[in-house]
Amino acid sequence: MSTPALRVAHDPVFGPPEAARRAISGHGSGGPAPKRIIVGYGFWIFLLSDVIMFSAFFAAYAVLFKNTAGGPSAHELFDLRNTAVQTACLLASTFTCGMASLAVGQRSQKWTQLALLATGLLGLAFIVLEVREFSGFIARGAGPGRSAFLSSFFTLVGCHGVHVSAGLLWLGTMMAQFFAKGFRQDIRHRFLCFSLFWHALDIIWVAIFSLVYLVGSLPPELLP
Amino acid sequence: MSNEPDYEAGSYVGEDRVVGDGAPGEPRTLRREVRGYLLGLALAVALTIASFWVVGTNEVYRPGLAVAILVLAVAQMGIHLIFFLHITTAPDNANNILALAFGVLIVCLIVFGSLWVMSHMNHNMMTMDQLMRMQR
Repeated sequence: MSTPALRVAHDPVFGPPEAARRAISGHGSGGPAPKRIIVGYGFWIFLLSDVIMFSAFFAAYAVLFKNTAGGPSAHELFDLRNTAVQTACLLASTFTCGMASLAVGQRSQKWTQLALLATGLLGLAFIVLEVREFSGFIARGAGPGRSAFLSSFFTLVGCHGVHVSAGLLWLGTMMAQFFAKGFRQDIRHRFLCFSLFWHALDIIWVAIFSLVYLVGSLPPELLP
Repeated sequence: MSNEPDYEAGSYVGEDRVVGDGAPGEPRTLRREVRGYLLGLALAVALTIASFWVVGTNEVYRPGLAVAILVLAVAQMGIHLIFFLHITTAPDNANNILALAFGVLIVCLIVFGSLWVMSHMNHNMMTMDQLMRMQR
């Protein structure tokens, strides 16, 4: 073993000899990353593309916000108490999802299932509140066909609701898989993706409740 | 529950490490993990309450309300990224940070670009009743 690379005592760029050897052999400074890192990175890229899709809906909403076509405006429609409860549900469910991550780290079936159940129930409460709000709007004649403002509102917030609903289905299958197959590595990787998805949905909700509901409920003369 | 968790599990985008306190390489314990999540939850709740409070109060300069809400929202997104998604500035997270930065760039281009272009369009377009009058 007397290759030139191994004689690098402590390379300033590649670090200790072992890391330097791997760097020079073309595996990057830390060697090939573990599968978990690669799975997380790939799913992170997907989440960012999802965020970019939402940003297009946000842009459409911001552009069409004032085009109410004589119909109800955001200021007249939104009920902030409903939004506050929805926000509380989603924030609590993101926390319980984090607790589920820790329970999986502990390989505790009981706590994993309990935390995921709490996450699912809170997510379900969020969806129920959103469906009630939407059907209330439609009953008042403020459906997605009423004005450009309402079309963009229903598209943006409804798209988030569809994501949460899909997340609930995913959550159910994760509970079943942990129950039936245990804490196998591939299932933990799926759960890693699920938890990233769920946390990212809450980030998008932060943007929605702030920029759509709170800013929308300001009196019109205060808006830019 | 044992106190030596296997961290092939959590919502860690990048390499496993403790959030908040502790240098890299310090052992991660369950207690410290839970504390990280609780701190994140407390900060998120505080920012949420602040943004709901700001809407209904007269304490804040009213014309600045929309900007205040925007700032609070961006702050809360940062809290979520750090405490729940565990994005860090560590070298092993460089790929994730770069992807995030690129995503933020595209989001800004789409949102502010749309608003900018469309406001100019509205400015330059005839209003609908002017258009109708011309067609008569």
